[in-house]
Amino acid sequence: MKINGRIWKFGSDVDTDAIIPARYLTQSDPKELAKHAMEDERPKFSTEVKEGDILLAEKNFGCGSSREHAPIALKAAGISCIIAKSFARIFFRNSFNLGLPLLESPEASEAIKDGDRVRIDLNTGEIFDLTQNRKFFAKPIPPFMQELLKDGGLIPHLRKKGLKRKRN
Amino acid sequence: MKKNAPMTITEKILAAHTGKKAVVPGELIDVRINLALGNDITAPLAIQAFREIGVEKVFNRNRVVLVPDHFTPAKDIPSAEQCKILREFAKAQRLTHYFEVGQCGIEHVLLPEKGLVLPGEVVIGADSHTCTYGGLGAFSTGVGSTDLGAAMATGRLWLKVPESIKLIYDGKLNPWVSGKDLILATIGDIGVDGALYQAMEFCGEAIRKLPMSGRFTMANMAIEAGGKNGIIEPDEITLQFIKPRAKRHYKIYRSDQDAHYANVKEYDISKLHPQVALPHIPSNVKDVRECGKIKIDQVVIGSCTNGHLDDLRVAGRILKGKKIAPSLRLIIIPATQEIYRQALKEGLFEIFLSAGAAISTPTCGPCLGGYMGVLAAGERALATTNRNFHGRMGHAESEVYLSNPAVASASAIKGRICHPQEVVKKRS
Repeated sequence: MKINGRIWKFGSDVDTDAIIPARYLTQSDPKELAKHAMEDERPKFSTEVKEGDILLAEKNFGCGSSREHAPIALKAAGISCIIAKSFARIFFRNSFNLGLPLLESPEASEAIKDGDRVRIDLNTGEIFDLTQNRKFFAKPIPPFMQELLKDGGLIPHLRKKGLKRKRN
Repeated sequence: MKKNAPMTITEKILAAHTGKKAVVPGELIDVRINLALGNDITAPLAIQAFREIGVEKVFNRNRVVLVPDHFTPAKDIPSAEQCKILREFAKAQRLTHYFEVGQCGIEHVLLPEKGLVLPGEVVIGADSHTCTYGGLGAFSTGVGSTDLGAAMATGRLWLKVPESIKLIYDGKLNPWVSGKDLILATIGDIGVDGALYQAMEFCGEAIRKLPMSGRFTMANMAIEAGGKNGIIEPDEITLQFIKPRAKRHYKIYRSDQDAHYANVKEYDISKLHPQVALPHIPSNVKDVRECGKIKIDQVVIGSCTNGHLDDLRVAGRILKGKKIAPSLRLIIIPATQEIYRQALKEGLFEIFLSAGAAISTPTCGPCLGGYMGVLAAGERALATTNRNFHGRMGHAESEVYLSNPAVASASAIKGRICHPQEVVKKRS
């Protein structure tokens, strides 16, 4: 799987209230949520982000609430991959469950700048900054997570496995 | 007989629910869950995911719990629609544990109160504060809606076995210091990702003396340090709480003496004073005496963190015969109907009303900026809740400070953040 897009850079400990404030959680339509992604942090984000763009952050991205509306909002806004030094646990699960890939690379997080064009190969974990002509390697995605991405998330994965109804 | 490798309480519970003799940190396991929980924000998406899987019935109608607590009683039409999704699903699936407004409460206080979570169990919930039940020796952790949808269908969940860290609290608690202060001090020490992906095992002499409310508060905020779960080994205090409530068999697990921990930290809490987390991150923690004169517009006492009866009793001791500062709003939210009733019976409402407080029906409400006390631009609140991120309680330019209920009550009287001793000379 290959990704090519512009980098949107954020800092450390970006919380789920910053990604999608709770005032928008009275519904769960991805398109509506996308309109308000990162609204308080970077007001023009949702109108300027393009399909396939990449989000870059420092440590502990997605900390706070378990709201899946956060990765849903980013994905629906067009974000195709998130690179960070580290991710908060629930956000990490939620993203892979939705088929949104996350890559951990402290080096890439330090070096890549806002607005850079970046090409990613999810199979090898290679992150290539086209603007700076520099290459980084992310921590390999665990095999189970790769399977989830390939199937398009946990639900398609379970359907593929042919989950049978279990009785009480 | 060959001796099994030593394990922590978290590892033992996970092994038992995986059908294995032992599990090791880092191992990916498929866990059998005892209970799956959703609320009015997360369950609609989980129900959608459940339907997409294509199964007809939940894995066990007695073990899927729906608690519409965040924006209820419905604050607007979209919230009412969300609640309706839960109500109709609960009815169609004949769920035993669906809690309608009037019997409802904040999920993480309600479930233990009803005896729905027991020691040694595995509980997942589509709410990050599901880790609260570690307070009674269960493994519980927050997940997203897709995970909940899958768990409702299968009764199972994939998990990575977390490393455990041991946090030991020695010494005697000072007056007006509570579980909230221990956990705030810990988060201040290790940071908001200090326990990322890890199990936080709280132990030591001070923990053994903590009431259940304080234990729940500590486990509740494990997520604020990035933890997967917080957990406290059950003891006599746990059993006193559990015995009258448990309606099914449960098992007590304890960590082996020689279990492996990724890290061990020891805190001498005899010098600890009430703590305050300043904006805009829960790790920005200071001793209340070092906060200076911070004027506040609103105080909120409630939430899954500190909406327990014990918390309201502390507020009552401080507010008795006093009035709140005229420039300030005090909002008190008992976490459940049962706490509400008991507080009323004990005369706490009379104290709160005389002090000038507004008392709300149980709801998460203002904690996440939902309703029932949302902040305007430039306003500042002191809350007994769990998060103080930018805009958490309302406008992006408002501020939230976190503290225990004693500090919150005293500060409501003074109109600025203060030590309870400024208001009450001796501990009652």
